[in-house]
Amino acid sequence: MSVVTGIVFWVLAVVAVAAGVAVFRVDSMARATYALAASFVAVGLALLLLDLQFLGVLTVLMMVMEMAVMAIYMIMFMGMNPALMPMSMVHGKRPALAVAIGTFVVLAAGALLVPWPSRRGAPAGDLVQSLGEAVMHSKMLVMMTVSPVLFTTIVAALVLALPRGRYDRLGDDLNGTGRRERSRR
Amino acid sequence: MTLQTVLLVAAALVSVGLYGAISQQVVVMVMMGLELMLNGVVLAAAGFWWFLSPAPDGQVLLLVVLTAMTVEMAMGFAVATLLHRATQSDMTDTATDLAR
Repeated sequence: MSVVTGIVFWVLAVVAVAAGVAVFRVDSMARATYALAASFVAVGLALLLLDLQFLGVLTVLMMVMEMAVMAIYMIMFMGMNPALMPMSMVHGKRPALAVAIGTFVVLAAGALLVPWPSRRGAPAGDLVQSLGEAVMHSKMLVMMTVSPVLFTTIVAALVLALPRGRYDRLGDDLNGTGRRERSRR
Repeated sequence: MTLQTVLLVAAALVSVGLYGAISQQVVVMVMMGLELMLNGVVLAAAGFWWFLSPAPDGQVLLLVVLTAMTVEMAMGFAVATLLHRATQSDMTDTATDLAR
């Protein structure tokens, strides 16, 4: 690790944490979304420092898109221009702060006090290729599990979000006399 | 940049996210807190992978965490939509149906 890498990492670290704090400090939801996107971009770039090119770029691209979707949802649900609306909607601020600080202290103590083992092995020459090979070879089961999980998520999210249930479509007896039939009667 | 510093930054991200997830009232903001926590998990996993055992297979764990973020987001938005339709509100305080 060169000095430049170290400096870049610290800059990214400060940006990531500061943007994370800003998410819950800024006045509008749109700004909170941008702050969270900035935090994700900083962490994605930090992954690039660890030679995780594919995962770093994936994090940046995925999270920027996700935050764009989030901004749309906020406008949908808040019913206003979220950039103009000051807000502070919190409950139990002090206990939450105490829990968060306690968690940080415990995690930081663990990070600093645990005698971490020394590095075993060296990274492969082409990490993107090795990830692809792992996904398609030794860790294929992981990906085979992830695929149905993602598919189930699509179905479950649609079922939750759709206003009509099966009784609306097919009627109380599920025999096809749905809402349209009943409204005709 | 050492494992300790990476883990410290990850711990800070997890803690800030935890504060948000506990304290925020708007469902979407709670989701932001959870996302921030997973952001810290991604960084910590990358740090563990790089500094302890940079075997090719280890990157798959990060892919799984990124998948978990996607699933959390999709289900969170679905629940937010459902909640908004049922109660015309997007606040966690009004979503106490299971507490009755």
